[in-house]
Amino acid sequence: MFMVIGSNMTEAHPVASTFVKNAVQNGAELIVVDPRKHKLCDFATLHLRLKIGSDIALLNAIMQVLITEDLYDRRFVDSCTMGFDELKQKVMAYSPERVADICGIDPELIRTTARRLASVKPVMLCYTLGVTEHTCGVNNVLTVANLQMLLGNMGVECGGVNPLRGQNNVQGACDMGALPNVFPGYQAVTNPELREKFAKAWGVKDLPGKPGLMLPQMMEGLVTKKIRAFYIFGENLANTEPDIRKVEHELASAEFIVCQDIFQTETTRFAHVIFPAAAWSENDGTFSNSERRVSRVRTASPPPGLAKPNWWIFKQIAKRMGHEWLSDSARELWDNEISVLAPSMKGIKYSRLENNGLQWPCPNEDHPGTCFLHQGGEFTCGLGRFRAVEWTPPAEVPDRDYPFVLSTGRRLYHYHTRTQTGRAVGMNQLLGEETADLAPVDAAAMGIANGEIIRLRSRRGEVKVKARLTDEVLPGTVWTAFHFRDACANWLTNAVFDPISQTAEYKACAVAVEKLQEQATG
Amino acid sequence: MGMVKATIDGSDVLVPEGTTILQAAKGAGIRIPTLCFHERLKPIGSCGLCIVEVAGKATPVGSCETPVTDGMTVTTRSDRLFSLRQDILKSILAHHPLDCPICDKAGECLLQDLVFEHGITGVEPPAPSPKFTAPYATTFLKSWPERCVLCLRCVKACTEIQGIGALSVAEEQDGQRIAYDQDKCVSCGECIQVCPTGALVEKKTELRWRTWEVDKKIRTTCPYCGVGCQQLLHVKDGRIVKVSGVEDAEPNRGRLCVKGRYGYDFIYSEDRLKTPLIRENGYFREASFEEAIDLVARRFKEIIAESGPDAIGAVSCARSINEDSYQMQKLFRAVIGTNNIDHCART
Ligand code: SF4
Ligand code: SF4
Ligand code: SF4
Ligand code: FES
Repeated sequence: MFMVIGSNMTEAHPVASTFVKNAVQNGAELIVVDPRKHKLCDFATLHLRLKIGSDIALLNAIMQVLITEDLYDRRFVDSCTMGFDELKQKVMAYSPERVADICGIDPELIRTTARRLASVKPVMLCYTLGVTEHTCGVNNVLTVANLQMLLGNMGVECGGVNPLRGQNNVQGACDMGALPNVFPGYQAVTNPELREKFAKAWGVKDLPGKPGLMLPQMMEGLVTKKIRAFYIFGENLANTEPDIRKVEHELASAEFIVCQDIFQTETTRFAHVIFPAAAWSENDGTFSNSERRVSRVRTASPPPGLAKPNWWIFKQIAKRMGHEWLSDSARELWDNEISVLAPSMKGIKYSRLENNGLQWPCPNEDHPGTCFLHQGGEFTCGLGRFRAVEWTPPAEVPDRDYPFVLSTGRRLYHYHTRTQTGRAVGMNQLLGEETADLAPVDAAAMGIANGEIIRLRSRRGEVKVKARLTDEVLPGTVWTAFHFRDACANWLTNAVFDPISQTAEYKACAVAVEKLQEQATG
Repeated sequence: MGMVKATIDGSDVLVPEGTTILQAAKGAGIRIPTLCFHERLKPIGSCGLCIVEVAGKATPVGSCETPVTDGMTVTTRSDRLFSLRQDILKSILAHHPLDCPICDKAGECLLQDLVFEHGITGVEPPAPSPKFTAPYATTFLKSWPERCVLCLRCVKACTEIQGIGALSVAEEQDGQRIAYDQDKCVSCGECIQVCPTGALVEKKTELRWRTWEVDKKIRTTCPYCGVGCQQLLHVKDGRIVKVSGVEDAEPNRGRLCVKGRYGYDFIYSEDRLKTPLIRENGYFREASFEEAIDLVARRFKEIIAESGPDAIGAVSCARSINEDSYQMQKLFRAVIGTNNIDHCART
């Protein structure tokens, strides 16, 4: 059985969705938890159309039923987890009746769901940004894990929690230590022994031990001048970050910005220096997918003009600053540095990546790689720990002036800010403009017709965009994406962040939906 | 599961119960000609080419659908089978235009290969008939309904593999036709990937080439989402002309989506950045790497001297290769001396 929460898989991870559909065609059950009635719902046994941002309340209620009706996996809970009593204490307050209003879901449906979940093993739980892009994103993730531990679905093939990564190499960027608190392989910068190991490998006396700033804090630092120079590698922050006006103000305040990219973007406008980079298929390297599988990327054609591989540019800057680095290809970087320094990837070498790649942990060169984590109920910290959390509403909820909830996401035919898909022949033909998806009843109440240009307004900005009337969205909500600059949802989104992960609340903010005045004729 | 023993062309085989004759033969290194069968699809049984003789049975059986039973004796090659297969191919050719000189599929066409293998000559001029309810073209593909051999691979691929159902079989008076529903199609191209003939061809690019002119097929990983599909880049004269899914690869087992199959050519855009740029008086001017790197290194050193290394921050790219992110965090930690490095995992 599959449970898919907050993931519009058929559009955001199309090929992964085909495997879920195949399983359903072969008899597996599918439970979808999502405010939107997206395509995968056609395959679902149950669709829980919860209100935006009410995930924790719903999942806690499901756990309440599992505990009350004694349906949870006692053996797994007793032998492989800790903290059950606190969990029980907290979730018992979430009866299906109490959360019905918060979630907009019938109590009986919640009970049925809990019973179904308990009746089949294993259940694989997949989630994406619908779970994380909230101010309570971390708590959402903890709750999802609580549910799976309670059901005893951890550490078994086809079970567990399966976060589908948005961008192709988000996993890899984390694995490689492009995070303020860890070196490659999730080794804490606060640990002096690890610092010494890396300092030695990188030929320096010491390394900073204080965790650095996260992206939103750095952006704010540009205004306060705490951050004087900012190096932006390949990200179009001016479109992808919430509240474009705020972001552009921050970028414009910066003293010195270096951008490294394959195209000019809305963000490179703010740069002082721009480096032209080689793109995908113009140099060799590796990506790591959502399953922690390291796969090869190979060269098909040379980069245009003077453009160079990114690692080469960083190496030259280091050289000008007095550091001679030896590795002179992606392969040397991986084989001689990364796999030597990250114990979980020690067994991964380019010579072993010719075909299907390898999934870390892969501790030695004879190791076949690991396809699922927490095997036999073993967690990284020994026992799996329940971390019960309370539901909290989104930071901005609808009110009289801004009565709609705006939620954002991605569409099949484009990728992020279209710097790539917008330049691939044919893609714009398949989807040439943004739409605001609106429930027909709401549209009727305002006299808005399908295809009409309307205005969406939040406390931060406004966009004009074509209305698309569809039952995919719940009444009271409007849904749009951020693929097109003019109608980019991020003019509207709220720059509030999860306190721990600093992930922005892209999935919920309050907006007004307005019919434009009739155009004056003549 | 029980095992069953059989003899195929004189060789003994021992296979798990339920194994088809075709699979068992393949395991024993024996090739049986097939047209509609595809490794990634359940047996379709539409073409009849895979027939074999089974001792004790008067008529040949389809090997792709028939399971091996204990003690079975199978013959895959005989004069009778050869001429039956010739007849099947001739009846296909009677309704298939001899388009090979202008067909994109020529050279990689299974029908062409089978006709060649069976030495079929002197067929009557064909009377082609459209096997689709209507011809169609989308942004990325074009149908040639006369070339279709009604193997139904595309229909099965669209429903069984992709779970879309944009293609279906319409039973009409004079036989089957393929029907296409544009509103359902998501342009994944799975149908093209499995079509054994030139009935479905790509029209992504204006470039034209013969299949044998592709000088390299390079396996790589899709640059779009976190699924990490394995692609085969078909490269001609140093340029990608087509992308297909790697048939037996993990994690995607041959599948791709519209972005993975057709989103590759952004790298050839005229808008690509080709030289370093330095802003001067509000405008960007071209510069050499030498000059741009000098400027960046100088500014970084000044800022470190004045305000310390924590006054510099960096965001790495969640699209680029691992080695690039590694190198960037090394630059910031070891050379600049700060942990102010993050990436857009959060978005
Ligand atoms: S492109 Fe994909 S969805 Fe469209 S007909 Fe072919 S297989 Fe079906
Ligand atoms: S279009 Fe191709 S795959 Fe589909 S039935 Fe015709 S020949 Fe077979
Ligand atoms: S082909 Fe589609 S599903 Fe596969 S990695 Fe690329 S974007 Fe993702
Ligand atoms: S291959 Fe068996 S019937 Fe076509």
